[in-house]
Amino acid sequence: MIEINGIEKRFGPTSVLRGVDLEIPTGQSVVILGRSGCGKSVLLKHIIGLLKPDAGSVRVDGVEVGRLRYNELAELRKRFGMLFQMAALFDSMTVGENIGLALREHGKLPREEIAAIVAEKLSLVGLRGIETKRPSQLSGGMRKRVGLARAIAMDPDYILYDEPTTGLDPVTAQQINVLIRSLQEKLNITSIVVTHDMNSATYVGDRLCLLYDGRIRFDGSPEAIRRSADPVVKQFIHGEAHGPLTDGDGEIEFSRGDKTAREVS
Amino acid sequence: MRAVGLAAPFAATGEKVIDMVAGSGRLALFLGRFLRELPPGIRYHRLFLEQCIQIGMASMPLVVFTSLFVGGVAALQSAYQFRGYIPLVYVGTVISKSVFIELGPVLTALVVGGRVGAALAAEIGTMRVTEQIDALETLAIRPVRYLVVPRVTAAFFMLPMLTVFANTIAILGGMLVAVNRIGLSTVTFNRGMKLLFDVDDIYGGLLKSFAFGAIIALSGCYFGFQTTGGAEGVGEATKKAVVASCVLILVTDYFLAEVIFRLLFG
Repeated sequence: MIEINGIEKRFGPTSVLRGVDLEIPTGQSVVILGRSGCGKSVLLKHIIGLLKPDAGSVRVDGVEVGRLRYNELAELRKRFGMLFQMAALFDSMTVGENIGLALREHGKLPREEIAAIVAEKLSLVGLRGIETKRPSQLSGGMRKRVGLARAIAMDPDYILYDEPTTGLDPVTAQQINVLIRSLQEKLNITSIVVTHDMNSATYVGDRLCLLYDGRIRFDGSPEAIRRSADPVVKQFIHGEAHGPLTDGDGEIEFSRGDKTAREVS
Repeated sequence: MRAVGLAAPFAATGEKVIDMVAGSGRLALFLGRFLRELPPGIRYHRLFLEQCIQIGMASMPLVVFTSLFVGGVAALQSAYQFRGYIPLVYVGTVISKSVFIELGPVLTALVVGGRVGAALAAEIGTMRVTEQIDALETLAIRPVRYLVVPRVTAAFFMLPMLTVFANTIAILGGMLVAVNRIGLSTVTFNRGMKLLFDVDDIYGGLLKSFAFGAIIALSGCYFGFQTTGGAEGVGEATKKAVVASCVLILVTDYFLAEVIFRLLFG
């Protein structure tokens, strides 16, 4: 179980998180929604200890992440997998080396066994026989799937997905959604998905949370978010240009006969 | 809040001082992490050998080419300044002394510093901005142990080797110019070299190269780790790494010269 209590985080003068509270029970798939730049990825990085909160705490199975020593944090991280927004594959390695890296570093498995695990994880994400390819030879969707194979290589208890469908065409995005859902069902992994893609969110999430103004504004099921009367939630799920979410952004003005948009603020 | 009027220059100076102090603190922390990760990081033999090839073998053509001309110009300049005052037999003496003590180690470090320092900062900086370093952390792999230790140890051992090659090629270059352009015989040049030859000059120069190798790789890795933003940030990190390594090489050269040549061989 992951418990996030009153997390606050500032970067210089900008306050990104202003007291986030969230509980994620084991086995659940939770989606954190929000506009670009609202702090979703920052929240995700607090869970795995890549960032430390200015105030508040993150607890994983009762252990406070921010208080762990580096060795203890490394042990905790072995129970996590993370899929990065751009996959973050290591350019200098082949696909097989990328997926097998953590196994080589942390286990004493023979090469043949590591190769077998790599092949198994690749087949789980629908990519067989590409162990010797370089990340630069892969498409965006394939890179994400290899990133996912790397994330599940150590059979983690938790997987964190940072914008898993961003930058992908609708078909590839849906393939990733299906993959996330099937991995969660097959392996009973606790998943935390950060996205601003509503299609992806309703497909992969048991529970959706909307991050707005540094706090959780909505927390409920996919059905509940559709029925929500909150104007912030309604504007977000319908993707409207005007409303409380965009009040501080300035107005977007379109002039007739001119296809370019001019921002007036 | 931004200061205005007369206070503005003081505020700007204050900000720069704060930045410098913060930068020194970050550098000290980075060095501390490197030293802590050094013993366990030595187990990455394969990465160490890969870096030896990248840093050492791949720099060889550049070092050979530049050293040839360094030796040549040293011969031309010394002959020009000696003419009429000092016997030209001393051309060989001056070339060997200056190459072993200063030109070989320092110019090799500056040339390799430009090539390797920039490459390391760009490589690690790109890894930083594309979240590959965060990915290493999430895989419970220590980035300093995995990335920095093999690179710094490789540079530490490869730079003296490159310096040995640079010294040899520079002497050959000097000899070629002395024989073909100045009119000295090979025998005279060799006699000049042997006149004031001291093997400690070679050891002193090589000792400096170890320090220069560590400086080049540490500054490349440090600025790579500090990279923020995208391509612009990587460019900035690369520039800072090259400038810092060149300045540090020259400053360290002075202080090591004080220590080595006064205390040890004084």
